[in-house]
Amino acid sequence: MFDTSLSWGDIVFLAQGAGMTLAVTAVSVIAGTILGIFCGVIRVQLGPYWSIPLTFVLDIFRSVPLLIQLVLANAFQSIAKLGWPPFTTSCVVLSLYTAAYCTEIVRGGIDAVPLTTRRAGRSLGLSWWQDMRFIVAPLATRVSLPSWIGLTLGVMKDSALVLWLGLIELLRASQILVTRLQEPLFILLICGAIYFLISFPIARLGGYLEKRWSPND
Amino acid sequence: MFKYSFQWNQALKALPQMLDGALVTMQIALLSMAIGLVVAIILTLFRLSGSRLLRGFAVAWVEIARNTPALFQIYMAHFGLGSFGIHLSPFTSLLAGIAFNNAGYLAENFRGALKAIPDTQARAGRSLGMTSLQAFRLIVVPQMLRIAFLPITNQMVWAILMTSLGVTVGMNTDLAGVTQALNARTFRTFEFFALAAVIYYLIAKVVTLAARLIASRLFRY
Amino acid sequence: MIEIESVHKSFGKLEVLKGINLTVNKGEVVSIIGGSGSGKSTLLTCINGLEPINSGKIKIDGTEVHAKSTDLNKLRQKIGIVFQQWNAFPHLTVLENVMLAPRKVLGMAKSDAEAIAVKNLTHVGLAEKLSVYPNRMSGGQQQRMAIARALAMSPKYMLFDEVTSALDPMLVGEVLDTLKMLAEEGMTMICVTHEMAFARDVSDRVAFFHQGVMAEIGTPEQLFGAPQNPETQKFLASIR
Ligand SMILES: Nc1ncnc2c1ncn2[C@@H]1O[C@H](COP(=O)(O)OP(=O)(O)OP(=O)(O)O)[C@@H](O)[C@H]1O
Ligand SMILES: [Mg+2]
Repeated sequence: MFDTSLSWGDIVFLAQGAGMTLAVTAVSVIAGTILGIFCGVIRVQLGPYWSIPLTFVLDIFRSVPLLIQLVLANAFQSIAKLGWPPFTTSCVVLSLYTAAYCTEIVRGGIDAVPLTTRRAGRSLGLSWWQDMRFIVAPLATRVSLPSWIGLTLGVMKDSALVLWLGLIELLRASQILVTRLQEPLFILLICGAIYFLISFPIARLGGYLEKRWSPND
Repeated sequence: MFKYSFQWNQALKALPQMLDGALVTMQIALLSMAIGLVVAIILTLFRLSGSRLLRGFAVAWVEIARNTPALFQIYMAHFGLGSFGIHLSPFTSLLAGIAFNNAGYLAENFRGALKAIPDTQARAGRSLGMTSLQAFRLIVVPQMLRIAFLPITNQMVWAILMTSLGVTVGMNTDLAGVTQALNARTFRTFEFFALAAVIYYLIAKVVTLAARLIASRLFRY
Repeated sequence: MIEIESVHKSFGKLEVLKGINLTVNKGEVVSIIGGSGSGKSTLLTCINGLEPINSGKIKIDGTEVHAKSTDLNKLRQKIGIVFQQWNAFPHLTVLENVMLAPRKVLGMAKSDAEAIAVKNLTHVGLAEKLSVYPNRMSGGQQQRMAIARALAMSPKYMLFDEVTSALDPMLVGEVLDTLKMLAEEGMTMICVTHEMAFARDVSDRVAFFHQGVMAEIGTPEQLFGAPQNPETQKFLASIR
């Protein structure tokens, strides 16, 4: 159907780009989630008033364009002579970005556990940690998982921006091929299809879980 | 640790230029929202329609908008359409990409909002003698707007943040574009982009606050 | 006059109404009682054309409800209906709830619609609540507002579908009193109800529905005093 000069080598090149996308996403989501859970629990423990500084800082990551954050972080690491390669810088920025959103998700999940349930746990003699571990965590996870899946997919899509720092991820790889082969539509369609294939099934799973686990049915 | 001397003066001197860029940013965001809202309404109607073709079209739009990066959508407009001999300016491709993205997300929000209104509401209107159009316009839509208002303002903030992607397709008049141009001339990357970050942050906060104010005026129930 | 002639109605394979015949004269109050799922609500929604029917006829003052040529929106102005779930419009104040249809459907001027709304809201005892949003009111108050909303269209007929069964027992009385008042004023009404005392006191006739059939109909004395149909006897025994 298509008369294309796309070669096997090019497809491998695209696949490597997709690999980079997945690698950046995986590192950032894992680190960001751990940090996010930590910050989320702190937020709940401190209450809305005392956690204002934390909330403020995290909110910055959600209110400044990610591209600007990446450029700033890169400029900073060079000023501070940290010598970070683009991959490290990208992962650090995306992790903080993930953590900022994840904190809100975790807080929402914990807040969704009724206080009476927690009191019941504590009144049985569970320690704070046991209460968190056996009562709050399982219930909050249920509430939070669909949003967390959405966040993961969001980070996967937003990771395209790391191309600005010179990382050759999926979109950048496609762009390089476009410049070389001059078949923009065809190559971008393949690129879009790859994104779609990664994202769509997981998004559907999230939607399904949300429906199954929604509290009122 | 820092052998670097920050030169904030230089950045501050460029502030008027950057604020001009911020205006362009707002302009693109608002335009893309206006287009996005209209298209989203049309897509929602398509989804409610009996035609499989229209429904399929709307679903495809929504799923592509939600499952591919915004930057990809802008690239499609800027580079992809080149295959048809269409070459859009950075401004137009940025606007098209963001509007496409807005429309998809907003349409999904509208669908959710519609689902949240029980059909007994429209039925109650019908039983008072309203036509189905009247019941939809007078009873369903106002309630839908309230539910969709917060997602709409969120999308507006997203649209503002997304405008920064224009710089990757050569946009040089919006805030990110102006900042990048200044940076290319002076190599004071950190100062200029830090200032840009502050401006973006303030815009986002002002929009959010304004939306909250409007909401409290608009929805008193 | 409401004339119902051998009406059949199915949802898919499930036949919900199996040949209903009933005539309600002007000024008459007819109560419908019967078990859950016997088709009472369905009949009411068929009467004002919210649901189509499969065969038979329903005529309001001689106009056939389900005829293609009938302007349902016009016809519905004659028939008020109030549901178990009152369906208050949450985005409008109490006054706006009641004014909406007179303004938009009847095309009344704002001041006229407001006068009518205030009159009807006063009538149901909500004169103090005009500028309140529905979710700030009790269920009983919202239900009375729904009644005023229907009355504001000056209907000739009122249909009530278990208007008290979603209410706290404390609030049932105030709504039933409103219905009684309407009955005494000569409103033609069909009331689906689980309140036997109400059916006995207020109705001219009471009908008993069983599995899509009107098993028995008669004056309250006949139906409650000496029910003929064994199903009626069983039903009445079960609720006593
Ligand atoms: N929209 C619908 N689609 C399919 N089935 C329906 C629908 N509405 C009602 N039914 C079915 O029709 C039957 C009669 O319902 P209806 O609501 O008329 O009963 P009812 O006598 O009002 O009962 P209740 O006292 O519980 O209100 C029930 O079996 C119900 O499940
Ligand atoms: Mg019923």
